Amino acid sequence: MKDTINAPAVPRAINWNRLQDDKDLEVWNRLTVNFWLPEKVPLSNDVPSWATLTPEEQRLTIRVFTGLTLLDTIQNAVGAPAMMPDAQTPHEEAVLTNIAFMEAVHARSYSSIFSTLCSTREVDEAFRWSDENPHLQAKARAILGTYAPGADPLKRKVASVFLESFLFYSGFYLPMYWSSRAKLTNTADLIRLIIRDEAVHGYYIGYKFQRAMERETAERRQELKDYAFGLLFELYEIEGHYTEELYDDLGLTEEVKSFLHYNANKALQNLGFEALFPPEACEVNPAILAALSPDSENHDFFSGSGSSYVIGRAVATEDDDWDF
Amino acid sequence: MAGLLYYSSRSGNTDRFVARLGRAALRIPVSPSEPMPEPPADYVLICPTYADGEGRGAVPKQVIRFLNDAGRRAGLRGVIGSGNRNFGKTYGLSADIIAAKCGIPLLYKFELAGTDTDIARVNDGLTAFWGSRCLTA
Repeated sequence: MKDTINAPAVPRAINWNRLQDDKDLEVWNRLTVNFWLPEKVPLSNDVPSWATLTPEEQRLTIRVFTGLTLLDTIQNAVGAPAMMPDAQTPHEEAVLTNIAFMEAVHARSYSSIFSTLCSTREVDEAFRWSDENPHLQAKARAILGTYAPGADPLKRKVASVFLESFLFYSGFYLPMYWSSRAKLTNTADLIRLIIRDEAVHGYYIGYKFQRAMERETAERRQELKDYAFGLLFELYEIEGHYTEELYDDLGLTEEVKSFLHYNANKALQNLGFEALFPPEACEVNPAILAALSPDSENHDFFSGSGSSYVIGRAVATEDDDWDF
Repeated sequence: MAGLLYYSSRSGNTDRFVARLGRAALRIPVSPSEPMPEPPADYVLICPTYADGEGRGAVPKQVIRFLNDAGRRAGLRGVIGSGNRNFGKTYGLSADIIAAKCGIPLLYKFELAGTDTDIARVNDGLTAFWGSRCLTA
């Protein structure tokens, strides 16, 4: 009897035909179908466009991309692995391994951009800058603190959603801005693939956070909500300084901050919380929204201000489950 | 009686949006084993999107099951889509597909659980939409 009590848990093979949570398979399928590598994007087509940027604009772009590389490196090597012991299902663990690997692909992609467009000296300078920039280092440390062993699993998820759905956007803004001005458009295509992945990651980790919250007491839920808003304020303050330092010279700081507010609200929604910033603080430049979702026009049939509306005739769709 | 139907997965974004609209609404169940709601004579559907990068699987299976019934589909007058702009060209794609497939207008798109601006626009829009339909009916 004593032997069986002390016996280690039975190592279990994962059975994808017995799911405890359908969302695990849904997200696994999304992520695997969306798999990509930077080699798929013809980055070298951006060489002539890169040459039209001023030296200051080039330096800003390289710095922004090293900042993004740092966040991807953290999420690849620390963030996603740190959440694996907290997984509630074996399938969740498997999804997290996919997330971890894709973060490595993202981090690797920025080096593909660098080797295509930039000189080694410029890139080395930017990596030194990322090691030394106090604001970038502050946000990295704030997140890494929550990933430490023994930290609260749910606070770790909160920080992870903020990394995936908020902290990247001070950086993502710039390639969307260049794209809206018809510059570095292939680089923007690659960044859009990263943005798409991060959206699934933030959604999934936020979803798991919401499921876990349902099992907590009212007091604990309040504690976690207070923690989430507190951490967002802390990160927002750092992001404000980081944004000013990067974008003041181009006169873009206020526009980037609207984009940060907009994304902070979306990060909170991924966690199941209400928005923090009021709509007037989140009015993102329409050119940036169009760069995010290029072929998707603004639909507002109600106000008549959206794209022209035509009643569609019933059409055959791609989805073979429709039977009418 | 004009009404509202919606689908929301367990992540709950659309559910939270509908709760904030403050209008009576019926939910298409997440689980295929639960019964489908009996829709009002005229209704608008709010539907999220779960497409992959190629746009496949955009319309939730339960919404397809619901609309595959001609009787339930007959009262559909418009669709509102939700999604995330971060998915690029597939943002809110399910509503485009439903509008084209059913020959009804795509009324609006919003992201995740929507903003206060979205709530106000959709509420005003639905009031105007049903009002104009009553006048022309």
